[in-house]
Amino acid sequence: MMLYDAGKIIAGLVIFAAFFTVPFWYGGGKTSEMPKLELTAQARQAGQCVEPKERMRQDHMQLLDDWRDAAVRDGNRTYTSSTGKSYTVSLQNTCMDCHSNKDKFCDRCHGYMGVSQLYCWDCHLDPTEEKTVWASTDGNS
Amino acid sequence: MGFDRREFIKIAGISALAGLGSRAAFELLQPGELEATSASYAANQGALNAKRWAMVIDMQKCLPQEGCKDCMHRCHRLHNVPDFGNAKDEIKWIWKEAFAHAFPEQESEYLAERLHHEPFVVLCNHCANPPCVRVCPTKATFKRKQDGIVTMDMHRCIGCRFCMAACPYGSRSFNWRDPRGRNAQGEPFLEEINREYPTRNKGVVEKCNFCVERLAQGKNPACVEACRHGALVFGDLADDHSEVREILREHYTIRRKPELGTDPSVFYIV
Repeated sequence: MMLYDAGKIIAGLVIFAAFFTVPFWYGGGKTSEMPKLELTAQARQAGQCVEPKERMRQDHMQLLDDWRDAAVRDGNRTYTSSTGKSYTVSLQNTCMDCHSNKDKFCDRCHGYMGVSQLYCWDCHLDPTEEKTVWASTDGNS
Repeated sequence: MGFDRREFIKIAGISALAGLGSRAAFELLQPGELEATSASYAANQGALNAKRWAMVIDMQKCLPQEGCKDCMHRCHRLHNVPDFGNAKDEIKWIWKEAFAHAFPEQESEYLAERLHHEPFVVLCNHCANPPCVRVCPTKATFKRKQDGIVTMDMHRCIGCRFCMAACPYGSRSFNWRDPRGRNAQGEPFLEEINREYPTRNKGVVEKCNFCVERLAQGKNPACVEACRHGALVFGDLADDHSEVREILREHYTIRRKPELGTDPSVFYIV
């Protein structure tokens, strides 16, 4: 087998591989600690979210999208879950009623996973937040 | 070496087949599991339903109540409508308009004195043929099939303001500023907050939604409920026996700019 400019190519590959794996070297092979989510007393008492825990973990984003479309576009505001219970379709009034600790529930995991750039709370009211916090959000006042 | 093009294509093909057949590929390509669940959506029990919601505003009852703004205050408080404190940025769901502005084609210098300079209560007309819906490039504004209400999906609004140009009634307002902000004096634009309803954010258009969220709970629109003088009547235009149809049968009513072909659903007894 013949490889022209073998030295340059192999050196290039080594540099590429080194660059590509920088995050691993940088982290020193350690993983950052998984965030611990805290449930409110109300949520713990309910025992189960609108759907089983595993499904909520995996598909809550899809469920929220479906809820949004059902309520806003179709006017269907009653959700009968696979567990047979009925819920009012509302992020602000149903989800956040139980999960009223957004900072210790939504935010912890979303921050850890790097999906914190959602704009739900630009309009929907976050129960943990007081009105005074908003003052900083207006850029042109 | 015996590794020619033919050999390479063979190996590549077999590898591709093996790849597609692998478990990972199956999991990647199979449809989502969500459809498989038995969950379902339905309209709320006890919700108010109609084929075509409409409103009759009796100005003979409204005009004598000079300075009354009950309907406006209630609506704007329940829907977290901010007060930016200047007319240019004003957000309006329901407001007052002089007769000449509300009904420009009916204006005449010899108009009855009692109407001439009097403020008329105006709101979105929830047209049967809404121009705002037609121009919306993202379908953020849409007419509900079930009851004809023209409402918005705020998640979709990109703030292009085509709808504002299209609406002949000025029923749409743009959020030039963040409704959650404060004015130069440090006063919040939203004095009180209804925590059951969202706010909007800077850069979207908003309008009256005929209280879809209240109808779903079996309640009349906020303005109708707030009016102590019974000047606002809400009902089904498609139902022969509804209260609005009774009133329309008995009174002469006018609508705003019907000549434009928008077919408004808000009627005025003058």
